[in-house]
Amino acid sequence: MSFINYASREINCKIVYYGPGLCGKTTNLQFVYNKTAPEAKGKMISLATETERTLFFDFLPLALGEIKGFKTRFHLYTVPGQVFYDASRKLILKGVDGVVFVADSQEERIDANIESLDNLNINLKEQGYDLNRLPFVVQYNKRDLPNIVSVEELRRELNPANVPDFEACATTGEGVFETLKAIAKLILIDLKKGK
Amino acid sequence: MPSPQMVMYEDEYKKINHIIEKLLREANSKVIFLVDKNGQLISGVGETERFDTTSLASLTAGNIAATGGLAKLIGEKEFSILFHEGEKDNLHISIVGGRVILVVLFDSRSSLGLVRLRVKKASEELTAIFDGLLKRAEEKEKSSDSEFPFAEITDDDIDNLFR
Ligand SMILES: Nc1nc2c(ncn2[C@@H]2O[C@H](COP(=O)(O)OP(=O)(O)OP(=O)(O)O)[C@@H](O)[C@H]2O)c(=O)[nH]1
Ligand SMILES: [Mg+2]
Repeated sequence: MSFINYASREINCKIVYYGPGLCGKTTNLQFVYNKTAPEAKGKMISLATETERTLFFDFLPLALGEIKGFKTRFHLYTVPGQVFYDASRKLILKGVDGVVFVADSQEERIDANIESLDNLNINLKEQGYDLNRLPFVVQYNKRDLPNIVSVEELRRELNPANVPDFEACATTGEGVFETLKAIAKLILIDLKKGK
Repeated sequence: MPSPQMVMYEDEYKKINHIIEKLLREANSKVIFLVDKNGQLISGVGETERFDTTSLASLTAGNIAATGGLAKLIGEKEFSILFHEGEKDNLHISIVGGRVILVVLFDSRSSLGLVRLRVKKASEELTAIFDGLLKRAEEKEKSSDSEFPFAEITDDDIDNLFR
């Protein structure tokens, strides 16, 4: 739920990166962090296991600029993708304004993608959200690898509603800002409707 | 959508700050933060510049969310107070009006008993204000008229953010 503070003239929005384990959610945030000017970002927090798997969440606050005299801030979160962390994923979805689904393009991860997207739908519904009405974009990550599924097939499986989608390689950063920009835009357009 | 848009206005902001400044003095504490349950900082008083307030807000909300999840598992509604004791500094974290998190940082110049006592009083005052804010937000949502600043957003405004 975005938070508008008329007193300090700030608006805060929450973006959640969702997707199966090892699909590259944390890598997306790391790239954004590395490429953002120091004055526009806060500290990146990663609550991770010793093997760098997300345990609870990653958090990256961005202060991009002003709109109509309001400081516009985006709080980026990732969920832990591993199946057994479902309780944590539900907590992180609370108050979400927009979701990025990061898919792993590798052939052997297609079922994991489908399962994770299904899990996203279920967890959102449980909290009274509807993915069809929420700002939502899809990213097909790891396009640099050899054993990947075609975008057409991924689209068929993971993006039947035809929301904005992007090919990416999070390690080199290809597609990362395009994805972020798209979800931020959808959120702001939603705000514009003054829902 | 599950809950109405969270908003804060000048009047309420002043009242809230007045209450937590008083709490800061009366509880002999070092810093006090108010954080939205979604992890957004609402306000802070005291030695705020010593802390990364944005990180603090997000982690506090994560902490409350996690213990809230634990509470449900054992059949409790939520743990409304958390206390973390450090070597020098201590954190008293409580939920105000079901929606907002109050964080009090204090050292040996104060005590848990005193903090708990003062927090209780301040919480009642804060609850009244946040209830009022919520009502105001709900009414706003119903009446579609608004001096809502984002109604006039243009594509250029949005693109400019990412220059
Ligand atoms: N080749 C390639 N590797 C990638 C890409 N994106 C991420 N990786 C690698 O995939 C591994 C997992 O990436 P993470 O970002 O930690 O994955 P995650 O989605 O956060 O995983 P969880 O925290 O377990 O949910 C890391 O070794 C990354 O370097 C990509 O586009 N191409
Ligand atoms: Mg991760």
